[in-house]
Amino acid sequence: MAALLDVKNLGISFGGLRAVNGFDISIEKGELYGLIGPNGAGKTTVFNLLTGVYRPDTGKIILDGKDITGKKTIDISKAGVARTFQNIRLFKQLSVLDNVKAGLHNHHRYSAVEGVLRLPRYFKVEKEMNGRAMELLQVFGLENHADVLAANLPYGEQRKLEIARALATEPKLLLLDEPAAGMNPNETGSLMEMIQLVREKFGMTILLIEHDMKLVSGICEKLTVLNFGEVLACGKTAEVLNNPQVITAYLGE
Amino acid sequence: MTKKKKISKQTRSNIITYGIVILAYIIVQTMINTGSISSLMEGLMVPLCIYAILAVSLNLVVGILGELSLGHAGFMCVGAFTSAFFSKCMRGEMQSDGLRFFLALLIGIAAAAVFGLLIGIPVLRLKGDYLAIVTLAFGEIIKNLVNVLYIGKDSAGFHFSTQDVMALDADGTMIISGPQGISGTPRDATFLIGVILVLITLFIVINLTNSRSGRAIMSIRDNRIAAESIGINITKYKLMAFTVSAALAGSAGVLYAHNLSSLTATTNNFGYNQSIMILVFVVLGGIGNIRGSMIAAVILTLLPELLRGLSDYRMLIYAIVLIVMMLFNWAPKAIEWREKYLSFGRKKKEAVK
Repeated sequence: MAALLDVKNLGISFGGLRAVNGFDISIEKGELYGLIGPNGAGKTTVFNLLTGVYRPDTGKIILDGKDITGKKTIDISKAGVARTFQNIRLFKQLSVLDNVKAGLHNHHRYSAVEGVLRLPRYFKVEKEMNGRAMELLQVFGLENHADVLAANLPYGEQRKLEIARALATEPKLLLLDEPAAGMNPNETGSLMEMIQLVREKFGMTILLIEHDMKLVSGICEKLTVLNFGEVLACGKTAEVLNNPQVITAYLGE
Repeated sequence: MTKKKKISKQTRSNIITYGIVILAYIIVQTMINTGSISSLMEGLMVPLCIYAILAVSLNLVVGILGELSLGHAGFMCVGAFTSAFFSKCMRGEMQSDGLRFFLALLIGIAAAAVFGLLIGIPVLRLKGDYLAIVTLAFGEIIKNLVNVLYIGKDSAGFHFSTQDVMALDADGTMIISGPQGISGTPRDATFLIGVILVLITLFIVINLTNSRSGRAIMSIRDNRIAAESIGINITKYKLMAFTVSAALAGSAGVLYAHNLSSLTATTNNFGYNQSIMILVFVVLGGIGNIRGSMIAAVILTLLPELLRGLSDYRMLIYAIVLIVMMLFNWAPKAIEWREKYLSFGRKKKEAVK
């Protein structure tokens, strides 16, 4: 079976800095894959390349048999890649419910005219959207906060809401950029359960960047280690974490 | 359960907004009918509607889309001149004045929308201060272009010039004569038409905001990068907000043109003074607060007239009122005080802790 995401020789330079060089990754459908490495190794740059924020200088990105290299963010989103951000990027002045409904934008449609004139289709689609959004919020235990402004949610819940919004776009591949950043051990524990749940419930393929080794070793099946923009090691989690090179470069003796 | 409550809250707020307009109309109309209002005040009623429309429509760009536009008076100018042009040409050639005004309204709105779209395509690539300056410049360009435009009509058809009045046949008339503008426009605008247009503007802006497109527009305001990452077409929705806003400003222009018998483009009516005045309404009423911007527009338009008795101190008081209102609306302590004493039984917004 062909991999869901197949990336070959991906690279980008910013001026004289080769931020990512010869990056390969292959993720099977349903896998939970970790991307780790020291600060500044180029992990988030890889995410930005995968989601079309940057155009790669070299390499190819194949998603589910379709070439998405160099496409625009919006087209990549439509092709089925959703992401969360290292620094949370919610629609802060919108309610929790509306954040998720914004994620449903491309799947439940009616025209602006139908919206302004409140034609029957508006009510029908809005009802579907409310139902679907509440379902997603329930998965994350946010259903009681549906009317709260996203800005007023506690930090941990904001992270969850970001994942819920990403899932609303019905992606094939979900990219999580440091989902546990800034969380205490309890919150990280509940986040791990959440990620497992998302994976089982939605059959989601997940690629995540994380520094929390407990989370990484706890849930990731495979790992790729990035160092100075290049792949240092990749393979099964346990093997990679025992790799002497990885220990020297990232984990410490 | 929570969903139900939210919808009814939203609907209630909308009903209050529409209700205020209708109630104000009934009260003022009764006062006019019983003669308990000065003719000066009566003459202010159409301008009030004009400014309310401008404030609400600008709020769509400033509050909902989150971009600063200082060219709003320019779109008003487009609406005013295209519709006045049409009305003047058609004066006496159409049986129904109402139909003529209706067509003029559509033409003014359409022309302003086209200008909004054409200007929006290049300028919406900019953000913040840069966008504000460029829209300011476009507003001025529109006003100045109108000032050098000469259009006449005679048996041979239309004549254009950007220099001077042209020679016309004996039966010809000048329609737009440069800085003198258009004179002899039929005065079709009435208070009732103004109020109806205010209601339509509110209806469009409120419903657009609370729809799929409105969510997309607000998501761009709150976080552009995230909006893009969930597949929202940034360009499309920015242009949509900008164009709708321009079109509504065009309708205010149509009212303006048909409220006066002669129409000229000066700094005071279509220049940056006016654009900034509209922005003041929006900021004062609350950025993103549709009802607030409408009320601010009404108060600030009435205020100079109400203060006329104070003669020399008029503008001083006006400025002080402006400052006090701004503090009342935005100072943290004032907000706290209002929440405490003026909540009218509204439940305080609860934050999850």
